Amino acid sequence: MIIAAPRPTVLVIAAATLLAAATARAVDPAAPPLAVFGDTVYTMAGPPIERGVVLIDRGRITHVGSALDVPIPPDAARLRAAVVTPGLLDAHTAVGLTGFLNQEQDQDQLDTGEPIQPELRAIDSYNPRERLVAWLRGFGFTTLHTGHAPGALVSGQTMVVKTAGGSADEAAILPVAMVAVTLGDDARPDDEKKSPGTRSKAVAMLRGELVKTQDYLRKRDLADPEKRPDRDLRREVFADVLRGALPLLVTVNRATDIDAALRIAAEFRIRIVLDSAAEAYLVADRIKAAGVPVIVHPTMRRGGMGETENISFETAATLRAKGIPIALQSGYEGYVPKTRVALFEAAIAAANGLTTEQALAAITVDAATILGVADRVGALKPGLDGDVALFDGDPFEYTTHCVGVVVDGTVVSNERW
Amino acid sequence: MRRRPILAIAIPLLVSALVAGGAAAQDRAVAFIGAEVLPISGPAISGGVVVVKGGTIAAVGPAATTPVPPDAERIDCAGKVILPGLVDTHSHVGGGAGGDASGPIQPDVRIVDSINVRDAGFRKARAGGLTTLNIMPGSGHLLSGQTIYAKLRPAATIDDFFIRDADGRPLGGMKMANGTNSQRDPPFPGTRSKSAALVRQKFLKAVDYRRKLAEAGDDATKRPDRDLEMEGLLDVLDGRVIVHHHAHRADDLLTVLRLRDEFGFKVVLHHASEAWKVADRLAAAQAPCSVIVVDSPGGKIEAMDLSLATSGILEKAGVPCAIHTDDPVTDSRLFLRTAGLAVRGGMSREKALEALTLAGARMLGLEGRIGSLDVGKDADLVVLSGDPLAVRTKVLETWVEGRKVFDRADPDDRLFAVGGFGASRDQKAQACCTDDSFTEAK
Repeated sequence: MIIAAPRPTVLVIAAATLLAAATARAVDPAAPPLAVFGDTVYTMAGPPIERGVVLIDRGRITHVGSALDVPIPPDAARLRAAVVTPGLLDAHTAVGLTGFLNQEQDQDQLDTGEPIQPELRAIDSYNPRERLVAWLRGFGFTTLHTGHAPGALVSGQTMVVKTAGGSADEAAILPVAMVAVTLGDDARPDDEKKSPGTRSKAVAMLRGELVKTQDYLRKRDLADPEKRPDRDLRREVFADVLRGALPLLVTVNRATDIDAALRIAAEFRIRIVLDSAAEAYLVADRIKAAGVPVIVHPTMRRGGMGETENISFETAATLRAKGIPIALQSGYEGYVPKTRVALFEAAIAAANGLTTEQALAAITVDAATILGVADRVGALKPGLDGDVALFDGDPFEYTTHCVGVVVDGTVVSNERW
Repeated sequence: MRRRPILAIAIPLLVSALVAGGAAAQDRAVAFIGAEVLPISGPAISGGVVVVKGGTIAAVGPAATTPVPPDAERIDCAGKVILPGLVDTHSHVGGGAGGDASGPIQPDVRIVDSINVRDAGFRKARAGGLTTLNIMPGSGHLLSGQTIYAKLRPAATIDDFFIRDADGRPLGGMKMANGTNSQRDPPFPGTRSKSAALVRQKFLKAVDYRRKLAEAGDDATKRPDRDLEMEGLLDVLDGRVIVHHHAHRADDLLTVLRLRDEFGFKVVLHHASEAWKVADRLAAAQAPCSVIVVDSPGGKIEAMDLSLATSGILEKAGVPCAIHTDDPVTDSRLFLRTAGLAVRGGMSREKALEALTLAGARMLGLEGRIGSLDVGKDADLVVLSGDPLAVRTKVLETWVEGRKVFDRADPDDRLFAVGGFGASRDQKAQACCTDDSFTEAK
């Protein structure tokens, strides 16, 4: 609908036949291999390769190296661009649950009926045809960590999807990734008579849930089947959290709330990932000591008041310099624009203390590691999924275009406005 | 589905020190030497010289042919880039608010009466290279009030921001809006046609008021009572004040032009999300567009076809095109970025830089004073570390009328440029974000 303008020139040698609708995720065994050439190839698994090539066969990367060294099968399709990177990862969004129209029918990222609903699954709402999914894909994103948004104490689950695939099941590579928790002002319901009404109450309620779940687990293992509790979806999700199988994604901004999150993690010995964390630079030593990664707020997130009044363009660089694992995200937007683009957020982080490769890592390999999907995506090396982004220049420059996106060896799009 | 206001309103009432400015308006000349000078009104000058004195530009040109006064303070700008101070045709910085919920058309209300010049947003705007803002009330009314053209001098009160005409009167525009933002329960309109009808009725009343004034002539006994609303509209009808009109959809843009042609006022179309669909008509009507450049479409139905290609399409069609921040919708510190994205979408670099400067100045009727580096214009300029459209380029200094108002080398200024603890003191929710349009997607 929005494509009235000429697109940037796509530097494609033989890609016309490869442009396929982004529906089929099943890899066609008869499809020819795909060779993606780049003047510079950022593998994120080693130093950049000048005049490199990525060879993909049957959806997976088989070779990465100098174009002089990698044998290209004669039947291979070819793409070429100035810069080639792994398909990008958006480390946290609600896109696919939240839609671009911002109307009742396309907003499924938050149910505020109850403050604690970890049983809500992202896969039951994710719309792979949502236009914002295609929008992000057009800028090189092949993997999204999406799901229930901040705005309730425990709003639901998140998932990791590819930006191709005609159904949520086809798109998912990690159907349950994390449980979304919000501490601070955004955990408060609009109705002042409802809990949690204060920071301490929110933490008390979360602690209470985890304690109840400990009891649930103890009773579930009782010898007498009559005394075992009925199945409880909410307890089962928290049980996965308690046994370390599922991290809490804790959206916080004030240092006070970051400390509270670290306190809960230590008390129950659970895994957490901090999200947004505007004031993380104030408590970086404690975050580092706790070994907790941070998915830093969109660099350009509006600050100026409330919990984000002390937000900084330099937080990603500050945390990274401390040795804290970081990733970058598009976050959640409630108005215009309906989503940010993590590539642009990484660009501003690259202009404010991160090196180009560190900023790229925050939307590729480091994001994949934090999300637990580094065995599939996030780098260009043999065995990983054939996900590639092509750019006609420095990916972080405002005036550069993403000229091709490959998911599982299939060309799915190029940048659209 | 609940939607939260995106910006909380609880603000600590801290009192900040006065804006740290440069020296008082100088009689001594200042010479910026060796920069790549982009005057906007003419070609780039490599190794250029800009001399400012008494608050205005005294000389601009190549080093070889531009003498520097012997007593001038010399600032070495080798390797740097100098642009005119950036002009933002649409800003909500300063915590101001216009009309209230009492009615949809409030031409007597002035944004001037509510702006806090100590708001941290002004320091961030200077850090982005902005020197002139059109500070507007929101879009939740058909007409939400009088805007103010603010020059970001060091300020103790809003008067210090005024740009005055020859009679000493502060200059500003009139904010209007159509489409969904201004639709709500009566007395506000519920449809687009009702919106236009209410505006038409009010302007007809102003036409009558003007006729009565003319008929009374010098006879005070026949003159109608003073009416602040009518006086506000007469400024518009008589062409003294430009209408700055929020409109997204293509049909809404054309409705504005229909009313313009009916009543003969001057208007700039703001946001203009779907201007690309009717670019030829806008060109034929010579309707200036001040567009917003954001990172994705949507957020409300009117913005569903918003496109990064708009600016380039308008340029090719011959429509005058500026870009604005709509701060807080986009951050004033990243105003240059929006021009970069416009180039990504197909605009020429030359026109994209003009869209942040001279094109905006024209839309405010201030092109005789600001918007380009020409002798006699106000000495408003920005010193950059490199290419204005490159992501890693920094705004190093911002100068207003020969005074330095931002210096990235100053740690206090730098805090506002990059953020951090205390960087938002006194910053307040702006008018555009507290009206219904931001809390309820329509």
